Amino acid sequence: MMIQQPPAIRFDRLGQVFQTRSGRTEALRDVNFDVAHHEFLAILGPSGCGKSTLLRMIAGLLKPTSGQVEVFGMPVTGPRDDIGIVFQKPTLLPWATVEDNIVFPVRHKTGRVTPRDRDRAQELLAMVGLEGFGKRLPDELSGGMQQRVGIARALHMDPDILLMDEPFSALDALTREVMGFDLLGIFARKPKTVVFITHSVSEAALLADRVLVMSGRPGMVASEHLVPVDRPRGPESMKDAALLDLTADLRDRLMMREVA
Amino acid sequence: MKDAMTQSQTVPAKASRPAPVRPAPARPVAAASTAPMSQDSRPLLPRLVDLPGVTTGATLIGTVLLWEIAVRIFAIPSYLLPAPSAILNSFAAIGFSRWMLHVWSTLRVALLGFGLAIVVSVPLAMVMMRSALLSRTLYPLLVIVQSTPVVAIAPIIIVALGAGDLPRVVITTLITFFPLVVSTATGLSATPPELIELSRSLRAPAWREMTQIRLPYAVPYIFSALKISITLAVIGAVVAEFVASEAGVGYFIQFSTSMFKLPQAWAGLIVLAAMSLLLFQVVVQVQKRVFPWSLPKSEH
Repeated sequence: MMIQQPPAIRFDRLGQVFQTRSGRTEALRDVNFDVAHHEFLAILGPSGCGKSTLLRMIAGLLKPTSGQVEVFGMPVTGPRDDIGIVFQKPTLLPWATVEDNIVFPVRHKTGRVTPRDRDRAQELLAMVGLEGFGKRLPDELSGGMQQRVGIARALHMDPDILLMDEPFSALDALTREVMGFDLLGIFARKPKTVVFITHSVSEAALLADRVLVMSGRPGMVASEHLVPVDRPRGPESMKDAALLDLTADLRDRLMMREVA
Repeated sequence: MKDAMTQSQTVPAKASRPAPVRPAPARPVAAASTAPMSQDSRPLLPRLVDLPGVTTGATLIGTVLLWEIAVRIFAIPSYLLPAPSAILNSFAAIGFSRWMLHVWSTLRVALLGFGLAIVVSVPLAMVMMRSALLSRTLYPLLVIVQSTPVVAIAPIIIVALGAGDLPRVVITTLITFFPLVVSTATGLSATPPELIELSRSLRAPAWREMTQIRLPYAVPYIFSALKISITLAVIGAVVAEFVASEAGVGYFIQFSTSMFKLPQAWAGLIVLAAMSLLLFQVVVQVQKRVFPWSLPKSEH
């Protein structure tokens, strides 16, 4: 018998209400779902449906007004060490080299950087396909390369959970696709629990094990879809009939919500 | 299997060697001026005009020549406008050691006042950034201090603080620190919110958020203010010398005017302008050398 392990992340009757100048805004209502260990979960929804709010609550940057978030069975009360965040924009430090940007979380948290941290940064650079770019400044890199550095920075402290908030939405379509495939490669070698926020249907279906579709205002989980495509996935998976069916279905649901 | 392929796809060819490629499209003017002359088939004059400093130099020399000619042709009396040659003569007559005495006196006060303004305003901006309450209470006070004409308070400060450099340094600081506080406070708040979230998610101490994220992000803002403040510092030092002093270029100008030695006063004026320009350039060069990333891309 296997011992039942708690899920990596659990949302339990979670609600979020923001007090604004014009009154109360209900951002999220009765959100319930689990994310399994090493699962890649994509959350898909229209803008303003509270997707980013969900991420901030997992990260412990925002407290829910009702219900709770659990990470590895423990209620989230504040930021944790085992969670990494990739933002929509790379937001690298413009004065620091690529390598210094990757080790920045360690420097910022502990005040010092060891040679081991630098070795690890080099490994990560190779992993995200930027070998030899360690001494460059962010300014000298393309948008896609900068976001690769952002991903390496989030992975540097080897978090169990990676939160990605529309990480590729600022990139052009081609770069975006390539970044998706590269991400698949990275997680194939080193599995992580990933919560990936996006409003790209095909990106969600290609990358995730499971896709949650959210409805907007207040944000609620509208539907849940397993992605019936085996791993490893690659460009050929885009032509997989099951994946195409799923993307069509997801698109319909999003459109329906938008119209309704 | 994907790695080799994706890497070659994702590293855009144009960015794979950014250093040598970048300047050419980004700085057409610089590229033209550094190109070998043999490649430029244009006549000499247009090529000469493209060289750095040529237009500025020509404008300056032209203005001085016109000035000299105008003064001679129209026989303008020297108390109205002395000729450049007359100014140059009285400049030379003063002698190096006397100039140094006055220049050092003004420079010392300007730099001490400027330094004090930095030391006061950067921490003040940090405090105001951290606390909304302090910001609300201090800001009106700062505006009041800034709105009061420093020339008018200067005599009061001299009386209060007595002789010596101290009152002059304080006057200089008063005139310089306001743009510094405002710009630094703006810069400290201009940090991308994602980095602040990153800092919070790492549970880093607040002072490190300030020193490792906010303060470096404020550097471009601080330097914009420093460029304004350094020229204000010279003004501040001169104002203080006008009120009470026995040395300094401002004092020298006032003294020369009272003796009706106008070419000599003009010489002092030109020394002051040169000092301001030089100090401004020092600030520009410090930013260029120490914080090159803080410059707009076109100025790299």
